[in-house]
Amino acid sequence: MDVKVESTDEIGTAIAEQRDVRNRWLLATPALIIIFAAALGPLLIILVYSFLEKGTYGGIQPALSFDGWFSVFLQRDIFDDTISLADAHLSIFWRSVRLAFVTTGLTLIVGFPTAYFIATRPERTRALWLFLITIPFWTNLLIRTFAMMEIIRNEGALNTVLILAGVIDEPIQILYTDYAITMGMVYVFLPLMVLPLYASMEKLDFNLVEAAYDLYANRLRVLRHVIFPLAKPGLIAGSILVFIPSIGAYVTPRVLGGGKNMMLGNLIALMFGQGRNWPLGAALAITLMCIVLVALLFYVRYASNSDSNHG
Amino acid sequence: MQALDDVSLAIRANEFFTLLGPSGCGKTTLLRLIAGLDHQTRGRILLYGEDISTLPPFRRPINTVFQNYALFPHMSVGENIGFGLKMLGKPPSEMKASVDDMLRLVRMEQLKDRQTSQLSGGQQQRVALARALAPQPKVLLLDEPLSALDLKLRKEMQIELKRLQHETGITFVFVTHDQEEALTMSDRLAVMSEGRILQVGTPQDIYEHPAERFVANFIGDTNFLTARVEATNGRVANLTLTSGASVSAALPGSGATTTGDKVTVVVRPEHASLCVDEGIAILHGTLVNIVYFGTDTHYYVELADGSEFTVRMQNRPGNKSNYVVGDPVNIRLDTDSVQVVKD
Repeated sequence: MDVKVESTDEIGTAIAEQRDVRNRWLLATPALIIIFAAALGPLLIILVYSFLEKGTYGGIQPALSFDGWFSVFLQRDIFDDTISLADAHLSIFWRSVRLAFVTTGLTLIVGFPTAYFIATRPERTRALWLFLITIPFWTNLLIRTFAMMEIIRNEGALNTVLILAGVIDEPIQILYTDYAITMGMVYVFLPLMVLPLYASMEKLDFNLVEAAYDLYANRLRVLRHVIFPLAKPGLIAGSILVFIPSIGAYVTPRVLGGGKNMMLGNLIALMFGQGRNWPLGAALAITLMCIVLVALLFYVRYASNSDSNHG
Repeated sequence: MQALDDVSLAIRANEFFTLLGPSGCGKTTLLRLIAGLDHQTRGRILLYGEDISTLPPFRRPINTVFQNYALFPHMSVGENIGFGLKMLGKPPSEMKASVDDMLRLVRMEQLKDRQTSQLSGGQQQRVALARALAPQPKVLLLDEPLSALDLKLRKEMQIELKRLQHETGITFVFVTHDQEEALTMSDRLAVMSEGRILQVGTPQDIYEHPAERFVANFIGDTNFLTARVEATNGRVANLTLTSGASVSAALPGSGATTTGDKVTVVVRPEHASLCVDEGIAILHGTLVNIVYFGTDTHYYVELADGSEFTVRMQNRPGNKSNYVVGDPVNIRLDTDSVQVVKD
């Protein structure tokens, strides 16, 4: 806030300003405490744990060790002690990143028209559409995922209908495949894409769309040169909101992917649980965070570059 | 070009044509039909004889200056102006030259790389104009483009618009609810009300020979009187006013009038004057109010039948009036100043 106070008494103004600054910090303190205690605290604990020795029955022992970090990428053969890349971990990383990208892309493809549709409704019906979008949040994620499992399993609704309709003879195996995980994640994270996209499209001045039409831009070009760039803040926010939870997703891959198609979230959970290797779990968690950070940096860089190209 | 919306309208090539009417009269709708942003349920729109009714806006060689300018906020001034050309697939060199030309035309050369949010209202207006003119459309539509500007800027832009129209030779279709703007800027104008076009003509035509009561009332100040038709002779009628005086008046182009009809006539305040000689006076009344306007003075008179009548007289040296409120006054009317209008 910029409040200019005209005063001949310069010292008095300076003191008032100082008090103002102090008051502002004081008022911000509760928020700052929450940010530091709730966000940075756990991160620090995880970081410290990743450099400690694992306890026999889970937990950690207070001794410095790099075993956790070592095991993230490498493995030691138990017979001849040769060191090789930890293929299992790497493939899980790869699958997680891939599925997160695919999920983000699909939610974008489905979410963009949805958000546009809602934003172009008359003002009084928009609330209803938004309300419909948020309805899935009312039910627990686990229950919704099990419901989805009921639909796509071999004896489930989807296969039954397809067989009855004569489209297929044998049920298609969807459950326990990557398709099932992707479907589940797109379903779960779609609102996180639609809502920020809607928020930026709602602010969009549709006169601009008309102006572009008037200036020889066809529908596709209006989308590309006007709607897309102006909806970009929402697009970036939505992508981030979908990508981050996707890459660390736990429930959906666990239920719809069965045990075999593990993702990073499941691996981390395994290490803190049955695996009884907390330092490895902690190191994996931090690795996940780094992947997210790198992905975000690239994404934001790319997004702002493409802006200057046609913006 | 023809636009049908209950009525038909022909706009000539290279003219500055104005659609004038109160808000909600359908003038903006008509403009949007021409642009292709809305679609008519019946009728056709022709551009140089070619039916463009079914063409989408991006295929019509017609550009619009929107009321709120609708500049693209994510583009610079230059990119805004070049947008239409870019969409038409013009090569970059030609685009750049054209954008520079346009910037010069609207006198904004220095602001090419500015963001549109950094511009003042008048500057945004110029960018919107340049953007719409850059693709060299056959017709430029202007939807109340000056309504958001303050008075001084509006006067400047009025002159600017006339200059641009003259320099580019493009047909301008201008929408406004400001009658003064319409009179001063247009080659021809159409007065609209409730979705109908009431009268089309030059500003002088419309001001001096309003065909309908609404037109006379909407454009300029007007006195209305009731009269009885005594005889008609072509476009001229002999009337008896309620004051008993006889006058001859021009008849509107349409509508038959027969002897004995009751009609409404209009007299512009500047076509009436106060006089001493009772012999040449047409109307008699009592002075109710005198308002001095500098160049002229308005005299508000209550006529014998209780109706109001305004007389506007120019203030000239030696033309000092010594009328005071409450005086009985005589009013004479200039020859050919009375006009019969449709109610």
